[in-house]
Amino acid sequence: MRNISLKQICSGVIAFILVMIFPLLITNTFAQHVMILFFMFGMMGVAWNIMGGYAGMFSFGQVAFFGIGAYTSSFLLIAYHVNPWLGLVIGGLIAALVAAAIGYPCSNLRGHYFAIASIAFGEIVRTHFNNWRLIGAAEGLSLPMLNEGFKNFMFHSSKLPYYYIMLAFLIISLLVCYLISTSKIGYYFRAIKESHDVAKVLGINVVWYRLIAIMISAFLTAMAGTFYAQYVLYIDPESVMLLPISIQIVLISMLGGAGSVMGPVVGAVILIPISEFTRVWLGHKGTGVDMLIYGFLITLISVYQPKGVWGLFTNMGKRAK
Amino acid sequence: MSELLQQVINGLLIGFMYALIAIGLTLIWGVMNIVNFAHGDFLMVGMFTSFWLYTLYGLDPILSIPVCTALLFVMGVLIYRFVVSKVMSGPMLAQLVVTFGVSIFISNLAVYLWTPDFRLISKPLLSGTWVIGEVQLSIPKTVASIGSIITSLFVFLFLKKAKTGKAILATEMDREAALLMGINTERINSFSFGMGAALVGIAGAFLSTYYYIYPQVGGTFGLIAFCVVALGGFGSIEGAFIAGILVGLVQTLGGFFFDPAYKYAIVFMIYLITVWIRPQGLLGW
Amino acid sequence: MKKGSCLEVKGITKHFGGLYANDHIDFSVEEGEIVSIIGPNGAGKSTLFNCITGFYPPNSGKVFFFGEEITHRRADTICKMGVARTFQVVQIIGDMTVLENVMTGALLRYTKIGHAMKKAEEVLAFTGLAEKKSFFGTALTIADKKRLEVSMALATQPRLLMLDESMAGLTRVELRGMIDLIRKIRGKGITLIIVEHVMEAVMEISDRVIVLNSGKKIMEGSPKEVVRHPDVIQAYLGERYVVSQ
Repeated sequence: MRNISLKQICSGVIAFILVMIFPLLITNTFAQHVMILFFMFGMMGVAWNIMGGYAGMFSFGQVAFFGIGAYTSSFLLIAYHVNPWLGLVIGGLIAALVAAAIGYPCSNLRGHYFAIASIAFGEIVRTHFNNWRLIGAAEGLSLPMLNEGFKNFMFHSSKLPYYYIMLAFLIISLLVCYLISTSKIGYYFRAIKESHDVAKVLGINVVWYRLIAIMISAFLTAMAGTFYAQYVLYIDPESVMLLPISIQIVLISMLGGAGSVMGPVVGAVILIPISEFTRVWLGHKGTGVDMLIYGFLITLISVYQPKGVWGLFTNMGKRAK
Repeated sequence: MSELLQQVINGLLIGFMYALIAIGLTLIWGVMNIVNFAHGDFLMVGMFTSFWLYTLYGLDPILSIPVCTALLFVMGVLIYRFVVSKVMSGPMLAQLVVTFGVSIFISNLAVYLWTPDFRLISKPLLSGTWVIGEVQLSIPKTVASIGSIITSLFVFLFLKKAKTGKAILATEMDREAALLMGINTERINSFSFGMGAALVGIAGAFLSTYYYIYPQVGGTFGLIAFCVVALGGFGSIEGAFIAGILVGLVQTLGGFFFDPAYKYAIVFMIYLITVWIRPQGLLGW
Repeated sequence: MKKGSCLEVKGITKHFGGLYANDHIDFSVEEGEIVSIIGPNGAGKSTLFNCITGFYPPNSGKVFFFGEEITHRRADTICKMGVARTFQVVQIIGDMTVLENVMTGALLRYTKIGHAMKKAEEVLAFTGLAEKKSFFGTALTIADKKRLEVSMALATQPRLLMLDESMAGLTRVELRGMIDLIRKIRGKGITLIIVEHVMEAVMEISDRVIVLNSGKKIMEGSPKEVVRHPDVIQAYLGERYVVSQ
């Protein structure tokens, strides 16, 4: 039961205004690109959080849904001229179905075992896409250059539309997460996270609710995948199916604070600029320095701030005495 | 027919290596309930240690085993002391992520120090191929397999007979009871982590006699090791050994009958099926 | 099928390998009764609970709840039907406040958060935890955790409440509080089956006592009858203590 304070509402409004006018003031396209990535990873972090932070299923295989979303809409566009927005929805649904298919046999897995199963799942999907002739295998897919416009979900002259669309997606996912956290589903997720026994004894159908969490998470992540495909116009297994992307998603949520609505956003704000800047300044020579720093940071965060940063901002009054 | 036999032999040879790699992982997992996602990178460090000793000092990889063992043991203990031990009491998520961090750090440190190039040890002492009838036995792989068997046997006996070994088993079975018996479980944790690292370091030394050596080599081996451990049963040394061999066979035969490109995917499928049907693995508790 | 029977347990058997944790256990409980199940450690009491509430599938036998068979049903289904239980090792949600914990139980019958909250507050007032409603689960004492666990179970509006060693580890004062609470619960028309080791509580509140030993039911009767029965004394203390009456 979160009573949102006036202060929080004000800061939220200010943040929103700033974010809305950012690309109009800052015209540097790299900066805009970083913001777009921040929104995208923020969204995927929120999606992860729904199944991980709330329901306790720590997935290290989210990238599979990202890839499924990207590939579904792109393939449908290229082969059948399906509108990307429709492709977005279809991609999300397919991702959700796949999620349910893999989630069901894993219904009793928790903690480490679930994590490894999710990695195995991600790798299986990647291997499959790498070898699937129909969708380009390792060569990937190049999206056709359609006329610019909202209808075609493609813009060539400016990043601004992409910026606002991704921002809208992020806000949608935040809304979904907020609604979950303040409803029966949210409470049930948290009970499941604590222990399957507690959940069962309160009349909760654990298998069913776990599947719901996974499916929602998969759908949202797939949406981000379609966006990415429309943004970058070329996808291949190496760019949309890699394990490091899954790890990045987990990290964002952990750093910001798993189990809170805004946590992943905070985590993304910190991590995405860092990883982008180090990649550009230090990574271009292929020396691995950027990833070195990244790995070091991950380790540091796990040790010293494992509960995330968001909890420091909101005084949630944890130990009432 | 001989083609099939060849594949079975190949599967066994790979399987013995998987077994050795997995034993270290299952030890760590069993004792402190931590999944060491950096395990594959420890393997890589072992391989590079062998490589540099060979390149700079002409030391044959087999002879570099003592160095690998010692180096990886120390590395394991240090990583436990300074990193892992600090998250043991923290949230599950931190425990999962921290070894990822170590993994990314180590593998990219290797890229930074040694470039991402692929290396090979061109003339190890024991090289060549035995030809027995229609079957070819790669000598380095066979030696590695024998090494794996000997090392695994040693580990098995150590755990059953040596005082520290028994303490490790006790901690694995019931941590609290072990504490009550006066076992310093923190020290056991350090030792086990070091030992797990050392074992995979030995595997690295053997592997370097015939496999490409490069910074990212740990990735797939690490993942396969998880599958092996899950199949054999978390914490079970015998289980890891048997499962390693099985996975090796599944990989080669799966690749042979289906499609070589999917050989790893098949292994991962085995993991998923195992945890679904028999969550505790073949020999786990 | 006895008339008005709340729970009927027929021939429940559960074995793990060669070990028979429950061996053809039969008993029934009338609505409104308080029945205690006692027996030495390892007698199979918790296993019996798990078989009845859907946590273990029994190898054979049947369980009927108000005439409907519940054997082999899912644990959450059984809860929905009106059977609630607690665990030997207290299970609550540490990351939630006391109020949120109970709300999670109430959400079974009241889907709207607002209604669930109101119901939860009622339950907390009933069980005496209302003042601590903002405490986080992890910040509670053992006695309060047990009380919370009972509150959560009550929030699901059960007709049968099964308590697994809810008196273990309590001080005299806390014990008295728990006994009073159990009486209050029965006063609301809820049937109770409790597994207990604390004999003075068993003697005080039970209408009937069932004794288990080594997986078998060895006796059933009023508290006074049971406590004097030579088989029961032998089970707990050994043959030497059986004194001919």
